[in-house]
Amino acid sequence: MIDVSTPPTPQKNRSILGGRRVYRPNTKHIPVLATLALLIVMYSIGVYNYESFGDTQVFLNIFVDNAFLLVVAVGMTFVILTGGIDLSVGAVIALTTTVAATLLTAGWPAGVVLPLVLLIGTVMGLGMGAVIHFFKVEPFIATLAGMFLARGLALLIDRNSIPITNDFWTQIAQKRFRFDDGVFISLNVVIAAIVVLIAALVLAWTRFGRNVYAIGGNADSALLMGLPVGRTRIAVYTLSGFCASLGGVLYSFYTSSGYSLHGQGLELDAIAAVVIGGVLLTGGSGYVLGTVLGVLVLGLIQTIITFQGDLNSWWTRIVVGILLFAFIVLQRLVTRKAK
Amino acid sequence: MAEQLKMTGIKKVFPGVVALDDVDFRLLPGEIHALMGENGAGKSTLIKVLTGVYDIDGGEIELAGQKVRFTGPLQAQQAGISTVYQEVNLCPNLSVAENIFIGREPRKFGRIHWPEMRRRARASLARLDLDIDVTAQLDSYSLAIQQMVAIARATDIGTTKVLILDEPTSSLDASEVEQLFTIMRRLKADGVAILFVSHFLDQVYEVADRMTVLRNGRLIGEFRTDELPQMQLVSKMIGKELEALEQIEEHARETTVAERGTPIVEARELGRTGAIAPFSLTIHAGEVVGLAGLLGSGRTELARLLFGADRPDHGELLIDGRPHAVKAPRDAMAEGIAFSSENRRTEGIIGELTVRENMILAMQAARGWTRPIPRRKQDELVEQYIKALQIRPADPERLVRDLSGGNQQKVLLARWLITEPRLLIIDEPTRGIDVGAKAEIQRLVAQLADGGMAVLFVSAELEEVLRLSHKIEVLRDRRLVEELENGDDVDADRIMQTIAGGATT
Repeated sequence: MIDVSTPPTPQKNRSILGGRRVYRPNTKHIPVLATLALLIVMYSIGVYNYESFGDTQVFLNIFVDNAFLLVVAVGMTFVILTGGIDLSVGAVIALTTTVAATLLTAGWPAGVVLPLVLLIGTVMGLGMGAVIHFFKVEPFIATLAGMFLARGLALLIDRNSIPITNDFWTQIAQKRFRFDDGVFISLNVVIAAIVVLIAALVLAWTRFGRNVYAIGGNADSALLMGLPVGRTRIAVYTLSGFCASLGGVLYSFYTSSGYSLHGQGLELDAIAAVVIGGVLLTGGSGYVLGTVLGVLVLGLIQTIITFQGDLNSWWTRIVVGILLFAFIVLQRLVTRKAK
Repeated sequence: MAEQLKMTGIKKVFPGVVALDDVDFRLLPGEIHALMGENGAGKSTLIKVLTGVYDIDGGEIELAGQKVRFTGPLQAQQAGISTVYQEVNLCPNLSVAENIFIGREPRKFGRIHWPEMRRRARASLARLDLDIDVTAQLDSYSLAIQQMVAIARATDIGTTKVLILDEPTSSLDASEVEQLFTIMRRLKADGVAILFVSHFLDQVYEVADRMTVLRNGRLIGEFRTDELPQMQLVSKMIGKELEALEQIEEHARETTVAERGTPIVEARELGRTGAIAPFSLTIHAGEVVGLAGLLGSGRTELARLLFGADRPDHGELLIDGRPHAVKAPRDAMAEGIAFSSENRRTEGIIGELTVRENMILAMQAARGWTRPIPRRKQDELVEQYIKALQIRPADPERLVRDLSGGNQQKVLLARWLITEPRLLIIDEPTRGIDVGAKAEIQRLVAQLADGGMAVLFVSAELEEVLRLSHKIEVLRDRRLVEELENGDDVDADRIMQTIAGGATT
């Protein structure tokens, strides 16, 4: 007769549920730990080789010089966690600084310009997110278009570097938080730290944050589990757009200028920082803390090269390239082992 | 009693296919209702309509007397319809607890209340007699446990009015199935309407109160389980008399005494640490060798070693009596060994390609990309195999993802048959496909062996292995424990004893 029976499997004498799981260390933490180790090694090399490298201020300056990158990278972290990518962030920085500088020069009050430029980046992010979701466009393509659009707009507004002389802007740019022993951080660092903190909390403690991970893990499943996939996806690009324009504002504080060629290739720095920080490029795994470490690694490379003095600054790029390679291979190995 | 769910005149059309045509369906509260039909009968489509994945082109859905229309899975869930799918649809990168609760996490002061979530996850799994680390990542567990987690997710939704279980048992073993049934009966007592889909008729008869039968997208009827004998159900599902199917059975039994040809592949103490202990096995031309064993007993691992998909770290492999290093599937293919994987979705079928393209893939790969197969030759071959395997729809240019599971499996088989292998390894070819297609595939295997091909047949269904094989290799705990010559004295009980470790019964 044809087979109409259940496969007759015998009752197992052990519980089905015991013992099946093989213990292994939490693979999710390995990339972050690797980055931390790398950071410590690099720092030790610096302290050992160069005089006064160990000064607290040298370390704090990494934050001061890279606060804008940190903010952008945090936005990028959300995007990459969903398995996407945002190539527009560098161009959004250029657009933000150019618009801000132009309007401030025209005499607009800072209280209007600041929210306006933040809104521009946010709306651009929203637009790209909507295109990606509703028209099922690859994030790479949609944000590439956004990148050209933003950069083009910036160039259209002004092709030259515009100095910013607005009082509010210069005050903030010069604002320093000094500690007892004379070391200081800028307001930019404080802002960046707040952004990092909020992002970390959002990712770990809110539904939105967990949905971001779920989409990166398996978007189809997330949809079938009834998660708001479309809304979340649009939200991460909006968030990245906001972070990019906030990064642009910080950059205009940092350089006191607006320039349509600011932030060229910055999107790649941000992606590099995120990946070196251990966020999986395919999404679903990684931490904001890792991204912070990734930015620090990039900053530390620059610092070491500055201290060395006789090296071309392009060495930064070469080292970053090598590290990227190493970390992508590491990710592969870790995920393969997990399978 | 008032219906919990009532669907009337449901119509769903895909380009070129009417998937559902004027189908009525109803679910009563506190019943387990089986949805029966062959692959391609429209079961999956009906479920997707019900869960809001597809919108309907006609008809009405009423839930608890209210007219509803879902625009997505979220709405369906909010309306009280939860679903467990055949393929585990969870997020592998999240923890077990999160997979149960994501989307409705317990919150405190606006943030996720992790300790509460873990506590509730443990409680919810305890109801399924499952005691696992809920903080561990989902993909660190076996498929069966992942399936149980999916069930925990679906049943934990407190407002569940309708629970849909789409082939939930295909990756579970007997004791796990029993647990699932216990849960189902408990939910039924709580007044939940359960829609159950399974290809195992025994399971359906064990647990279902009523059933609805579909065929070719049409409603055949609604029956009480105790009023419809199994054989009548099968004939309603496949729409033809059963004599044809009975013939295979006899035919296969006859072949068990067939002459054995020359050895094609011989494994001598072949093994791979962590996958399968060293084993020796000889496969002759014209022989069907069945691999029997529980899920995870090393069936697939053994097959993968023979095909070079994994590298052995022990022993040697002889092909035609000569030692042969099979380092990659390419080498095995060059020797005329073909492997049809158990995961047809992820390792076999390429949904975005057409039937024709899928079929010629392996042959093209064997020839090398510099020598394309002429289109006319392709068409000829594809037409021949579509006919031989009765693939429906018989359209070589249709995308494979539009085909039903059974037909996808046939396309996959055709891909390897086209290469005219000497040894065909088929891993779980009949899992998740209906009785009709199953019988056809079994008949095909028997025919191929008659024609001189050696077949290594891997299946979780002992009856099937018994029916087809000349020789049965029994695996337990990643070790080949016994080789049985199939004969009158070998039956399912005998094999089960071996699987169970020679326990006295």
